[in-house]
Amino acid sequence: MDTKRADIVAAPSRLPLREMLLFVALLAAVLGVYAVMGGAYSTRMLVEAACYAILALGLTIQWGYAGQFNAGVMGFVALGGFSAMFFSIPINEAFWGSELPGELGRVLLYMVAAILVVLGATRLDRIGVPKRLRTIIAVVLGVVLYLVVINAFRDVTDQIESRAGFIGGLGLPVGVGWIVGGALAGAVGFFIGRVCLGLRSDYLAIATLGIAEIIKAFLKNSDWLTRGTATVSPLPWPVPGPAEVGFTLARAMYLSVTAVMIAVIFFLLSRAYHAPWGRMIRAIRDNELSAAAMGKDINRRRLEIFVLGCILMGIGGAALGSFNSMFDPQGYLPLNHTFLVLVMVILGGPGNNLGTIFGAVAVYIIWIMSEPLALFLMELAVAFGEGAFGWEAPTNMDSRALQARVFVIGLLITLVLRFAPKGLLPEKVKHVA
Amino acid sequence: MNELVFFINNVVIAGSVTGSIYAIGAVGVTLIFSIMRFAHFAHGDMMTFGAFMVLLLASAFPGAGSAFGVPAALVLLPVAMALTALLAVGIDRAFYKPLRAHGVKPIVLVIGSLGVTLMLQGLIRLFSGTGGSSLYVDDRKEIFRLALPFEGVRAPVVITEPQLWLFVITLAAVVGLHFFLTRSRLGKAMRAMSDNPDLAQASGINTNTIVAVTWVIAGGLAAIAGTLLSLDVTFKPDLSFFLLLPIFAAAIVGGVGHPFGAVAGGFVVGFAETLAVFNWSVLLRPFRDSLPEWLTQAGNLAFVGTEYKIVVPFFILVVILVWRPTGIFKGKVI
Repeated sequence: MDTKRADIVAAPSRLPLREMLLFVALLAAVLGVYAVMGGAYSTRMLVEAACYAILALGLTIQWGYAGQFNAGVMGFVALGGFSAMFFSIPINEAFWGSELPGELGRVLLYMVAAILVVLGATRLDRIGVPKRLRTIIAVVLGVVLYLVVINAFRDVTDQIESRAGFIGGLGLPVGVGWIVGGALAGAVGFFIGRVCLGLRSDYLAIATLGIAEIIKAFLKNSDWLTRGTATVSPLPWPVPGPAEVGFTLARAMYLSVTAVMIAVIFFLLSRAYHAPWGRMIRAIRDNELSAAAMGKDINRRRLEIFVLGCILMGIGGAALGSFNSMFDPQGYLPLNHTFLVLVMVILGGPGNNLGTIFGAVAVYIIWIMSEPLALFLMELAVAFGEGAFGWEAPTNMDSRALQARVFVIGLLITLVLRFAPKGLLPEKVKHVA
Repeated sequence: MNELVFFINNVVIAGSVTGSIYAIGAVGVTLIFSIMRFAHFAHGDMMTFGAFMVLLLASAFPGAGSAFGVPAALVLLPVAMALTALLAVGIDRAFYKPLRAHGVKPIVLVIGSLGVTLMLQGLIRLFSGTGGSSLYVDDRKEIFRLALPFEGVRAPVVITEPQLWLFVITLAAVVGLHFFLTRSRLGKAMRAMSDNPDLAQASGINTNTIVAVTWVIAGGLAAIAGTLLSLDVTFKPDLSFFLLLPIFAAAIVGGVGHPFGAVAGGFVVGFAETLAVFNWSVLLRPFRDSLPEWLTQAGNLAFVGTEYKIVVPFFILVVILVWRPTGIFKGKVI
């Protein structure tokens, strides 16, 4: 066999006209924003768009490469943001100077011991205990130990809250928090994936939706860890902050950091996509049965890609959290952090990394610009209503105008699915005859 | 005995209330799941929509209830049910049917339903504002206090009027659905289609009609659940997001495609929630003298705080997916 087998992924032989046109349009839009809104504002928008692009890349490998729908991006973003906060802010002497760290460590040890005991109890059947009895023992032990540990835990956390406020950070470089954020998100993704990936894909959507709300509830209510609704700020940046070099330059430097991250992730993902591993992933997505018949371990591959996507979301969330310079658990909303990312991916082109990045930047610009636009249109409608019909407008018009954006995002999702299911830049798959 | 009354108020009654609402919601979800094979995420917002319709109608006709001696909201509920059913059929025609016609994977329909969720949420909030409002526009919420005929019982068992209505309507809806599914021709056709859509179509069942009927039933039930929930507490436009997880957990626990499983699952999830947030140390108080000190000293024996209530349905979901993904009644769709 001397002829080289044609790869099933199309080589970029033609002039990529569509890509070029779209990116030129995007560039024009960015320049337009710069001209109208000024450098500092526009650079901020670009940094946020870049962070969203990392999130979108995470979702595009889950949804585009593997056909797994993650409805809880927000949770992984929040985990990343928390990790960035926890590792980078200064050490709280009021906490570390007291005996509280020891107490907390003791309770955490109890927790580990309790988990080990319960896990041991589930293995009792290996030494001859009847299975039914084993289950009863394990459940009873689990309930009792849970209550004991959770009470001890509540005591310690109450102490921390009343005496030290919260446990503070670790004062480490920002990058550590970003990496750990990715690892944390990956660990949660591993847990969810293990439970759901062998089942229908709907179950994964339901479970991720749930875990996102749980992560948010945990971060919001654990005042000892995150100060809860009191929020933590400022978070340090990996580059000199605005106070030292001015807004525009600091943001531009941050932008270059995120741009390098995107470039690295993009390069690695493209390599993986064209590698045998990427082909295998797409084979599983397109025809699960024949992939299984070829001896591929479907659930394992799915788990791999799901965890990988979650890691990217964690890293992107950490970069976003650091940039906002404030950790506010209540600021994480399904609309801003799950559905916006979803729109970016399905509009840009699921499975096409370039399309995803395009979608992320384009949708984010529209999203940011739609806020003043929605307010303006609403005012116009109110003025018209008052003038023509003597209608008395409700007072909370501003918050209502923003709800119109929710409607538009929903409409966009349904329309794209209906009329452009492959997105603006579709994934290029050449079919071998 | 006072502790027992406390238990009845906080667990038995509260659990039945949440359980009934989850049950009605889960029946709709499970019907859609079994006929159209996708998880309908917009169900929570159809519930909110139904309640919002009742709110609008009750504001327009506040005196409607006085003729019958019941709250106006209940008299207007059938109208709201019809409107919500119409909305459900319309949404299906406009958004889901074209997707189905393209032969997309079910998960794309799930994403489509998320889009519909956002649209409904945006519309409802646009018109109602983001605050809460009571469905009792012109009439008063009756509260019944039943004193137990025992010695030393001071606290009464408290039950409100909407809660009584909730139990009655839940029972009526479940029984009605049972007779519809087992006795009527349409109901039998629905069950046939849920078992095997191709075979059903081949044997002359008009699948389009069945889909429309399913949406009518699901929409009507969603309006009931949303209205009764809003009667019990207050109407809020963001009710739905906190209902989705428990409702799906209930449908999966009961076995997807089993309406009665969904009812059972609803009560399982509802009671699990109330039992998990209940402070068990209250029940230990009467035995204070005979128990060891460390047990009575524990101030709070609740499994989770109320702020972590959402963990409970998630935990149930994970347990059922690990232990028995088909649900307790062996659902069809996995």
